[in-house]
Amino acid sequence: MAERSFAQEVQELRLGDGDEFRGEGILAVTKALLQSGVAYVGGYQGAPISHLMDVLGDAQDILGELGVYFENSASEATAGAMLAASVHYPLRGAVTFKSTVGFNVASDALANLASGGVVGGAMVIIGEDYGEGASIMQERTHAFAMKSQMWLLDPRPNLTAIVDMVEKGFELSEASNTPVILELRLRSCHLHGTFTAKDNKRPTMTVSEAVSNPRRDLSRIVLPPASFLHEQEKVTKRWPAAVKFITENGLNEFVNDGAQDIGIILQGGLFNNVNRALELCGVSDAFGNSEIPLYVMNVTYPVIDEEVVRFCESKRAVLLVEEGQPDFIEQNIQAVLRRNNATAILHGKDLLPVAGEYTPAAVTKGVHAFLHKYVPAMVEGTPVVTLPHDDPRSPFAPRIASDLVQGRPPGFCTGCPERPIFAALTLAQREVGEHYVSADIGCHLFSINAPFNIGATTMGYGLGSAAASALNGAQADKRAIAFMGDGGFWHNGLTSGVGNAVFNENNQLLVIVDNAYSAATGGQDLLSSSADNPTRSTKHPIENAVRGVGVKWARTMTNTFKVAEMRDLFKEALTTKEKGPKVIVAQSECTLNRMRREKPAKAAAITSGQRVVNERYGIDPETCTGDHSCIRISGCPSLTITDNPDPMRKDPIATTLSSCVGCGLCGENAHAAALCPSFYRAQVVINPTWWDRFATAIRSRYIQFLQRGVERRLAGIEPIG
Amino acid sequence: MTALSERPTSVRIRPITMAILAMGGEGGGVLSDWIVALAEDNDWFAQSTSVPGVAQRTGATVYYVELFPKVLDGTRLPEPILSTMPTPGEVDIVVASELMEAGRAVQRGFATPQRTTLIASTSRTYSMPERTAMGDGRVDSEGLVEACLGSSRRFVRGDFSRVAEESRSVISAVLFGAICGAEVLPFSREQFEAAVRASAKGVEESLKAFDGGYRAATAPPQVALTIGVRPADASGPDNAEVERAITDPVSCVGPRLRAQTERIRDFPAPARYMLVEGIKRTAEYQDVRYADEYLDRVASIAALEQYGDGSARLTSEAARYTALWMTYEDTIRVAFHKTRGRRMRRVGEEANLSDGQVLAVHEYLHPQMEEITDTLPTPLGRWMLRSRFMNTIVYKVTHKGIKIQTTSLFGFTVLYVLARLRPLRRRSLRFGLEQRRIDDWLAQVRTYAPRNYDLAYQIVECQQVVKGYGETHANGMRNFTALMDAVPRIADDPRAAERLANLRTAALADEKGEALRAALASASMQ
Repeated sequence: MAERSFAQEVQELRLGDGDEFRGEGILAVTKALLQSGVAYVGGYQGAPISHLMDVLGDAQDILGELGVYFENSASEATAGAMLAASVHYPLRGAVTFKSTVGFNVASDALANLASGGVVGGAMVIIGEDYGEGASIMQERTHAFAMKSQMWLLDPRPNLTAIVDMVEKGFELSEASNTPVILELRLRSCHLHGTFTAKDNKRPTMTVSEAVSNPRRDLSRIVLPPASFLHEQEKVTKRWPAAVKFITENGLNEFVNDGAQDIGIILQGGLFNNVNRALELCGVSDAFGNSEIPLYVMNVTYPVIDEEVVRFCESKRAVLLVEEGQPDFIEQNIQAVLRRNNATAILHGKDLLPVAGEYTPAAVTKGVHAFLHKYVPAMVEGTPVVTLPHDDPRSPFAPRIASDLVQGRPPGFCTGCPERPIFAALTLAQREVGEHYVSADIGCHLFSINAPFNIGATTMGYGLGSAAASALNGAQADKRAIAFMGDGGFWHNGLTSGVGNAVFNENNQLLVIVDNAYSAATGGQDLLSSSADNPTRSTKHPIENAVRGVGVKWARTMTNTFKVAEMRDLFKEALTTKEKGPKVIVAQSECTLNRMRREKPAKAAAITSGQRVVNERYGIDPETCTGDHSCIRISGCPSLTITDNPDPMRKDPIATTLSSCVGCGLCGENAHAAALCPSFYRAQVVINPTWWDRFATAIRSRYIQFLQRGVERRLAGIEPIG
Repeated sequence: MTALSERPTSVRIRPITMAILAMGGEGGGVLSDWIVALAEDNDWFAQSTSVPGVAQRTGATVYYVELFPKVLDGTRLPEPILSTMPTPGEVDIVVASELMEAGRAVQRGFATPQRTTLIASTSRTYSMPERTAMGDGRVDSEGLVEACLGSSRRFVRGDFSRVAEESRSVISAVLFGAICGAEVLPFSREQFEAAVRASAKGVEESLKAFDGGYRAATAPPQVALTIGVRPADASGPDNAEVERAITDPVSCVGPRLRAQTERIRDFPAPARYMLVEGIKRTAEYQDVRYADEYLDRVASIAALEQYGDGSARLTSEAARYTALWMTYEDTIRVAFHKTRGRRMRRVGEEANLSDGQVLAVHEYLHPQMEEITDTLPTPLGRWMLRSRFMNTIVYKVTHKGIKIQTTSLFGFTVLYVLARLRPLRRRSLRFGLEQRRIDDWLAQVRTYAPRNYDLAYQIVECQQVVKGYGETHANGMRNFTALMDAVPRIADDPRAAERLANLRTAALADEKGEALRAALASASMQ
């Protein structure tokens, strides 16, 4: 079950004509899909569109009522291929994933889809993981749109605009027989806002009707000679059809055109930031009434030549605000202007940053420079963000010593079962030496940071093993270690990694981190999940799968918190003479999910008077010497430091916070690393039985009797009272 | 009151802008949801955004909210265009759940002196480098507070983390109360509380936390200044205690240490507090005679103050580190502290033990061969160390660690008996070894003090690299020996004290002693 439940919110999906929808961007998109009469939906979770999958998962009864088919795709390639249902049938379909990583995986399927074209509207909704908070390499989705010829929709970050674009996007797709991409920027996905709802529409044809009535059309299948015809059709038929639809429906917007002899062209997704920049320069207001003409490209591919020429025709200069690099749109528009002998000067990456996120600060600087150059009289005041850093009014004027603020990258949660895996590997490497470690995508990638500092590369989801495949020296006295999560394993790692290693007799050690969920993306279920899922098939063990493709040395460790055992298992796997890949499935449930399940159950048990044992760990301040070696092999957020209560000692001692969930790692580490005797585990029995109370009374009496003797000696040493 | 009415620049209405800096899992999302609900329920537009996904797992994250009136002077306004990201220099309200995050808001230009009301908890959640440092790696909280004061129009602060803990709630509720108390939003307390009441669970605790935050924000500023700038247990020695040790040391100890306290009167006043603590520590650790031996040792250093600058810092620090070394960590000491009554009470308090509940305490012990032989009489210890048979036996029993329940009859008895082995300690292998090491170290101090007081002081300070148990202790001891070996080589350099201090810093830079080795290598080349 996913980390966040949308059971409440999905009721918004039932809103009808004229109702006001209030909620997050993701939920609005789902509503828009239903309003568009979508017949099938699929996708692969990943920030920032994980919640779209979660919303759909929680809305299965509503989808069922409307006859909409929903699938949790095994990968983005699966999701992309799923759109094949719109090739021959007038079925509207949508799939969703994270970009650009999802596009990398899906592009084989999507290239084929885009070649033959579609008759039913096909939409790829992508969460653009770009800029602050992104967890992937920074690239543009634009390139995929161009190479496969899929139209790229980049609506204004406003729920009404996004919802309209979903509906128009399907129409555009059908009008031009071309799949479309709806680009949702990172913050748009989690944007809270409102729009006026419409009734949901049942699909004109359902997938059941489609599959019962098979269709085929040879001209749509990608094989010569059809594939050569597709290439021609793209430019002679589909492109003009798209241009016609976009122009006629006014998908791109002209704001206050003609008011000035300069203007700004912008991607729709950047509208709010650009308007804020114009506001700060005194030439627009909070309602978007810009005094500077704007051409808002809510469709960023294709560029509509005629609209661009019209906008630039009577202008001295135009600023293009295009985020990311390469500057595909700038190159495109330059060519359009040149071909049409337009005289307007086009500014873009000369005034704005060449690379990186177009934050309000970045856009304000660029827009201010542009306005200052051409219409200085219009600019009202100076936005402080444009001031040089040595100006005391600048928000970046030095006001704080840089060493007072340290980086705080994401890391393993309190109680995370992946932390002990890396603690154990750290201890194993102390004995058998440092090894090359190939990391993968997932929470386990946090190992690359302090305190573990483990992992050298990450080549893509599920590619941890494949990325270690070359490092397989026959003469080497060490073997490479690869990590992979259960998510990556089922995504492709089973074939790209494990199968590959078996076939090529690779000697690597592969550690598969199995926390029972696709945890990093929000705790979605997958094939090996231990949970019962009413609509999905789970509980397929990873070890069975790896043995199935020929792994001989495979071990499943069902409790990663047994650090000493994990350490010994690592040592064995790194030294065994067995040929071929060694696979360790390190299995413990994601603690976020476990807590979400167990906490309410525990609270209910306490209220109903049942015996409940609460555990937490603690550290004795008298015996902790403040060396912090326990923190250096853990890094747990709940294991921290505090002032030393001992007046003679200076260094802070280790301490556990009340957020400790009693996972047990501190104790296990203390044992496995022979650390220090300061750790203890406190068990509090709530609602104790009569036996608990009786036994405790006896013990306390005995203990207190002995303690009295000790205290008598100390009474002569310590002051009285 | 609102940021709106104070906007001097133009007739144009601009939104109230608000950035919330928190760490993943702290409820920053809940806080921004409350603010959105508060605004929407009271006829305002609200837009909130955040950075989703894995970036939030315990890491620093920013939530951003913009609020805009739906009605102004009786006119209904159209829907505004709101920004999804904060613009540096244009943020009206910055909320931070922790002091370093408030510092981050300053560094990122969100909090600025012209515009921002900064509302932050002065509590600290230490960063990874602060926590993993081998010594004290904490950044200066005072510096953060000063930066916040200098980067805001108003700095509303309090130990909101403690308020949350006391009301058994989360910090987001306290911050919501502080925002209300700071009067930066055009909504009443009733309206704020209605937003909390509308949430599904923990309403009562949240309202209590809200009230705590509200009161902290409305408290007179001088009170706010002192609240939780440092945690309460941060005090170190309290000035009155130090004063008492100087003027009336007898009142600081029990009757059996009276003679020793009399001796302390002969020491320089600044060192007396440490000495009082030192005699208690050594007497508790071993016996009263041990406290006398302690004073003998420190007296030999106090005699060197004639070469000093009158601060008596050599004696003070020697009093500190000699006591710490003399009460080295061994099995007997650990067992003693684990079985004390006050420790059991503290454990219960930390675990929130309430009446009618039952407590069990389990220890994680990992005695190694050396630690066992350490406490045995020297000949027996030596024999055991040499005996392959005994090594095998001990390994078999202990290599996976031992868990003992101190609250059980058996477990307590084992630890109690161990603690009672105290009289045997004087005849143990380790005792003899440590006394020799202490004397050698103090002899070094005495050798160099007459010609270089600062160097002698640094030699004393070097003791702090020896810490911990088992391997950690062995590493520290190795570093300490390396430092002591380096002293004669650098002693003739006029900058010897500074060089030794640098070497000590290097010894505390990493666990493996790599930085120290590198520093020593470059030092010996000079």
